[in-house]
Amino acid sequence: MSKQQPAQFINPETPGYVGFANLPNQVHRKSVKKGFEFTLMVVGESGLGKSTLINSLFLTDLYPERVIPGAAALNTRKTLIWEKIERTVQIEASTVEIEERGVKLRLTVVDTPGYGDAINCRDCFKTIISYIDEQFERYLHDESGLNRRHIVDNRVHCCFYFISPFGHGLKPLDVAFMKAIHNKVNIVPVIAKADTLTLKERERLKKRILDEIEEHNIKIYHLPDAESDEDEDFKEQTRLLKASIPFSVVGSNQLIEAKGKKVRGRLYPWGVVEVENPEHNDFLKLRTMLITHMQDLQEVTQDLHYENFRSERLKRGGRKVENEDMNKDQILLEKEAELRRMQEMIARMQAQMQLQLQGGDGDGGALGHHV
Amino acid sequence: MDPLRRSPSPCSSSRPSSPSTPACEMFGPIGIEAVLGQLKIKAMKMGFEFNIMVVGQSGLGKSTMVNTLFKSKVWKSNPPGLGLPTPQTLQLHSVTHVIEEKGVKLKLTVTDTPGFGDQINNDNWDPILGYINEQYERYLQEEILITRRHHIPDTRVHCCVYFVPPTGHCLRPLDIEFLQRLCRTVNVVPVIARADSLTMEEREAFRHRIQKNLRTHCIDVYPQKCFDEDINDKILNSKLRDRIPFAVVGADREHLVNGRCVLGRKTKWGIIEVENMAHCEFPLLRDLLIRSHLQDLKDITHNVHYENYRVIRLNESHLLPRGPGWVNLDPASPGQLTSRRPFKVCRGAHDVSEDEF
Repeated sequence: MSKQQPAQFINPETPGYVGFANLPNQVHRKSVKKGFEFTLMVVGESGLGKSTLINSLFLTDLYPERVIPGAAALNTRKTLIWEKIERTVQIEASTVEIEERGVKLRLTVVDTPGYGDAINCRDCFKTIISYIDEQFERYLHDESGLNRRHIVDNRVHCCFYFISPFGHGLKPLDVAFMKAIHNKVNIVPVIAKADTLTLKERERLKKRILDEIEEHNIKIYHLPDAESDEDEDFKEQTRLLKASIPFSVVGSNQLIEAKGKKVRGRLYPWGVVEVENPEHNDFLKLRTMLITHMQDLQEVTQDLHYENFRSERLKRGGRKVENEDMNKDQILLEKEAELRRMQEMIARMQAQMQLQLQGGDGDGGALGHHV
Repeated sequence: MDPLRRSPSPCSSSRPSSPSTPACEMFGPIGIEAVLGQLKIKAMKMGFEFNIMVVGQSGLGKSTMVNTLFKSKVWKSNPPGLGLPTPQTLQLHSVTHVIEEKGVKLKLTVTDTPGFGDQINNDNWDPILGYINEQYERYLQEEILITRRHHIPDTRVHCCVYFVPPTGHCLRPLDIEFLQRLCRTVNVVPVIARADSLTMEEREAFRHRIQKNLRTHCIDVYPQKCFDEDINDKILNSKLRDRIPFAVVGADREHLVNGRCVLGRKTKWGIIEVENMAHCEFPLLRDLLIRSHLQDLKDITHNVHYENYRVIRLNESHLLPRGPGWVNLDPASPGQLTSRRPFKVCRGAHDVSEDEF
């Protein structure tokens, strides 16, 4: 009535409080609305249980056309490939939208069938490296474009490298591959089919692998240390995770009856291996690591690997390495063509001079000099 | 006409040399069966030789399997490859032992192939084939001498156990390529290694697929169909052929299970017993290699594979120009082996000399 108070911004808190502590909530709301994108690449020889593990990790069937009773099913396309001896590595990207409690995750899994299967695996990883570079290239292109509103981030954020549990450590192919991509992508080494190893063998293999990784200076993804202001549980969890790298995992989507309850596992005549039992394998640890550090993986990809790629590319002045080689060849060809043209010109000039000389002689030797 | 026709082996005394000889009527026992006893005594005195080769990627349990098969530490020191870095090239490593059981002596030679299938480029299988052919060559050399030894030492590989990694899918290109070449020169027994990573259904599916692959690529593994002599052989061998490749697990540690001491692997979720048919097919492999088909393996090696090699070599030396490993069969200059093959064969410290044996 008397005091018509204009709509004011009332300060609900104590004086001195500005209110930007509310920012994280805003970011949270926006991210939930936008959803998360994550690209995971799985690399390893066939038969190591990659597809089964991915399905177990995300509790989805990423490959619906494959009927998988355990790992025994055969993808008919694969048999066709295996008829040939020389095989090339294929890149298969499958995307799935997973939603949990309102949070959307757009997960892309990049599979690499054919890796390590040929007799001569020298060219195995060229396809993979060019795929990774291509994604970086596309992002760089989009980022430098005019309309930057809907950049789709297809860069590979994390690469699970599957190590065979049957060897005595890393194979030459493993070392060569990891050294080729450790500057481009976050590598998380994983020991597959861990149910073939006894506890002692597992410890021995993990130690061997870590020693070899250090020996060859391979940079794998390191979990960031817990901040000092985090609670003790989180710190302890991070410590445990760091101590278990590389994770030795078992994957399965079959439900087995064990000790009265249904668990996901593998049924053997001598016992049941439970996938989610931390005493049996490190599956839970792998899943925890992936979920709690998804953001960090994306950050490292953006800040380290992408920036590396970007500075390399811009230094080269916008020309790809293959183009440079091709340019060299082209330059050579052009130079050769030029040489030929000049030679022809010289030949023509010589012929002309010869004619002039003959003509001159016919004139009665007016031209008394030779050219 | 089947060029691989088997000539009757010198040791098969139980079969008539020519089926058209009419049986003679006997009026009473003479004592011919005593021949069997004499043969047995001679065999026990001479002892047996058996050469086995194990081929497969490192870590598939080859050394452990050999130890389990012969229930002894065949590899006295650390098995090659365990604890050592993977060899950069394919090597061959042989170890010889004399094992004795109930008065029967067996001179066992095991050849391992560390480095097979471990490199980036694996198309180098010449060392293995070269080794096998070199053993045939050695025997051939001894055989064609004018004054031969009383007992030619037999170093020919009688059986090659090929370890297939348990991927669960099918045979890899490397397996197929290599098996095709191996099967033409030696008896091959493929096995699914480290079978404790496959459940029972996965095992059966894997086995069927491998059998299909072997048929598609015409890989003839032991026991070969064409060498079945009579109906009993056929029945026995068909049962075996159904189960090949055997899914095996090797172990050299003993554990206590239900009061018995068994060889096995102990894990958090149970103990895998190696000699339990419900867990793995190791007993089948052992029976095949040692208890029932050992002599057959040697016979086929001698009568088929060695004869094939001999025919090729004799043809070569007369008609074709010299190649690697060519041997001068001219009696004027006794044969010299010109082996220019770039591989190493290290004989173990337990090489038993001829006289001792």
